[in-house]
Amino acid sequence: MAASLYTWRKVKNGVALALSIAAALFGLMWLVWILWTTVTKGMGSLNLDLFTQMTPPPNEPGGLANALFGSVVISLLAIALGTPIGIAAGTYLAEYANKHWLGETVRFVNDILLSAPSIVLGLFIYTVMVAQMGHYSAWAGAVALAFIALPVIVRTTDEMLRLVPQQMREAALSLGVPQWKVTTQVLMRSALPGIVTGILLALARISGETAPLLFTAFNNQFWSTDLNQSMANLPMVIFQYAMSPYDSWNSLAWAGAFLVTGLVLILSLVARTILLRNKVTHE
Amino acid sequence: MNATALPASLTDVRTSRDARADALFRLTLTGAGLFVLVSLIAAALSMLWGGREALQTFGLGFFTSTDWNVGTREFGALVPIFGTLVSAGIAMLIAVPVSFGIAVFLTEVAPAWMRGPVGMAIELLAGIPSIIYGMWGLFVLAPQLSEHVYPWIDDTLGQLPLVGVLLSGPPLGIGMLTAGLVLAIMVIPFISSVMREVFLTVPGRLKESAYALGSTKWEVVWDIVLPYTRSAVIGGVFLGLGRALGETMAVTFVIGNAYAISLALLEPGTSIAATIANEFAEATDPLHKGSLLLLGFTLFVLTFIVLAAARLMLRQLAKREGN
Amino acid sequence: MNDAARIAVVTPPRHDDHAAPASVKLAAKGLDFYYGDFHALKDINLEIPEKRVTALIGPSGCGKSTLLRIFNRIYSLYPKLRATGDVLLDGENILDPKYPMNRLRSKVGMVFQKPVPFPMTIYENVAYGIRHHERLNKADMDVRVEQALRQAALWDEAKDKMKQSALGLSGGQQQRLCIARAVALRPDVILLDEPTSALDPISTSKIEQLIEELKHEYTIAIVTHNMQQAARVSDYTAFMYLGELVEHDATATIFSNPGKQQTEDYITGRFG
Repeated sequence: MAASLYTWRKVKNGVALALSIAAALFGLMWLVWILWTTVTKGMGSLNLDLFTQMTPPPNEPGGLANALFGSVVISLLAIALGTPIGIAAGTYLAEYANKHWLGETVRFVNDILLSAPSIVLGLFIYTVMVAQMGHYSAWAGAVALAFIALPVIVRTTDEMLRLVPQQMREAALSLGVPQWKVTTQVLMRSALPGIVTGILLALARISGETAPLLFTAFNNQFWSTDLNQSMANLPMVIFQYAMSPYDSWNSLAWAGAFLVTGLVLILSLVARTILLRNKVTHE
Repeated sequence: MNATALPASLTDVRTSRDARADALFRLTLTGAGLFVLVSLIAAALSMLWGGREALQTFGLGFFTSTDWNVGTREFGALVPIFGTLVSAGIAMLIAVPVSFGIAVFLTEVAPAWMRGPVGMAIELLAGIPSIIYGMWGLFVLAPQLSEHVYPWIDDTLGQLPLVGVLLSGPPLGIGMLTAGLVLAIMVIPFISSVMREVFLTVPGRLKESAYALGSTKWEVVWDIVLPYTRSAVIGGVFLGLGRALGETMAVTFVIGNAYAISLALLEPGTSIAATIANEFAEATDPLHKGSLLLLGFTLFVLTFIVLAAARLMLRQLAKREGN
Repeated sequence: MNDAARIAVVTPPRHDDHAAPASVKLAAKGLDFYYGDFHALKDINLEIPEKRVTALIGPSGCGKSTLLRIFNRIYSLYPKLRATGDVLLDGENILDPKYPMNRLRSKVGMVFQKPVPFPMTIYENVAYGIRHHERLNKADMDVRVEQALRQAALWDEAKDKMKQSALGLSGGQQQRLCIARAVALRPDVILLDEPTSALDPISTSKIEQLIEELKHEYTIAIVTHNMQQAARVSDYTAFMYLGELVEHDATATIFSNPGKQQTEDYITGRFG
């Protein structure tokens, strides 16, 4: 009796563990398939024209230059807007409101913002900026993306600062250095790799976002440097071209998809490397 | 007696200057913190405000009506709400067991050298932009499903009593089931990474005592690890659910964008996010736009509840760990 | 072996080079301290003599670190902590909110249990505190930094590494860097909170030697859970238990002929 019970348990164990391996393979399979698709379909359309030609009408040759430019401009602007507020709010949480009820509330709200549907943030900026201004604009796009970058930077800054040992704060303060100098010159410097990682991750996150741009920066067929008007950007162009029935547009969409995915993966890898390399110092 | 670094009067001036600078610094940082708080509230209120006309016109019936007619200016949210819930539900059904399996694999089964790379690979899935998922879903997955998988499902599982209703429909390749599958793949990395993190917090001695009694690996996972991490695991699942509910681009590509409720999952449908994404740009009628904004508000409330619950559960475990 | 003999083994012979009684540098009078509702320190009256080493000993939780941290008001970082009573530094009450923090911090330096070098170069670590209090040109700053490092017995090992990150130093070196950082401000008092508990025996003895040197210029208060260390380095010892100051006397007296039974029990290891 005992022997058969034991066998049954062994079988259950074996089956369960085999299923877990199957699950891992299942997950990896999709990753490989998606990346493979992106690479093969995208690489085929990769050429220098992508970076030099404008987005074309259907079935005509062209590139993604204005979309790439627009994406770079809007993303950098979004990071420029979101980073200072993000670092400031993250510092607030770690240094001034840790374990305080207001800090807990802000952390809670930040976590919600972090996982909130990006379409919601797009609609928010639509209502407060686009509807008020009467037209789409790159500014609105940047602000919408800034709100997506913000919680990422807040969370990383908060967590990285909290990792700095309490004794370092006390040691700096015992020298008579005021709180603001200690925070900016010692603590942030200590947490810098982590904070930079947060910014990179935020950048990776916003690079691929389409939904918020649907209602803010929208799209533009032409080369535009006017921040006050709609601006071409990669995700919107991909969306438009992919959903269209034209082959030439579809290929361009895949090329764009390849570029975006590549960028996001590189940024994530760089961020991860920075974190790993700097983990040792706090042990 | 050592000479003090500065005469007393200068240190006193320094002290008050430092105190002022500290106060200003603190004020600025607090302002930034409050900004985060205000942003969320503002986002919610702005959509409610934008949709007020629709709310006034349709009242609460908005949420139970299946109308959506731009011409007659009748709008109702039930169809997109249904689509959002069903596609997310399918995603959860697939993603939760798979994520669990992956978490178990990464914490108990895989040899140590494999855990890092495989874990990282799974998390790469989370980084892929959703529009890529959408394109891949539409151009690669859907045709495969419509040619090879769905006809088979319709012919076999679709003929079964009860369950068959769900698994029947034209083998278009795009539709509710495809959307659910794509969403599942998108949320698997989130759920599995939360699960993996919390599985690793189980104290070694707890597992060791179970092993010492002769438990198998699986029994340790099921009887020790899972109960210990239960609230965080549920939190992780809710986190994935929150993502699945709000996902826009991937769903828009593959859900079929048909404004209809159907129990047959192979049929096309729509979700809140897909409806908004598809129609917003061309909505000229303020009532149409307002209805879309109200839909956005609905999505916000839905995801807020789910994400708040997720966070609560994740915090419960963190508190127990003494964080 | 009877108790007296056991105590004799614990205490090595001390050479008394400060024959004259020293003036009082730091004094706690009627000091009480609270963590929220918890009464952590009860009516402490303690005088710390100038240019001597005073050790605070006692079992875990007796309040010795708490007391030390009142002397530079570092506890004011934390909202639930408060002190009542007086602590006089050169006759002035430092617990008075009107006593300027900068003056206090430039007169009283602190070294912590875990070496915490700032993420900067060795030079910058030492110069950091000075910069906030004084404007010095490069030459003067270089002199001050060198002085501080010499006083901390780190100059020889560090002089070629001044521009390198302080994080590259060993644990013992990092702790000496922290001491250099504290003495760079030319304080009157140096507080040491278990400075060697995280270090290996060789680094520990180096720092103990350092303390012997430093006391010629600075008043030193050291918290240690290592009784032998207290016996080795200090001139005066204060024994604390459960938030009260049980006994305070010359180290030789405490270790060979303590006045209170409780002190003797602790010294002889009856409880710990």
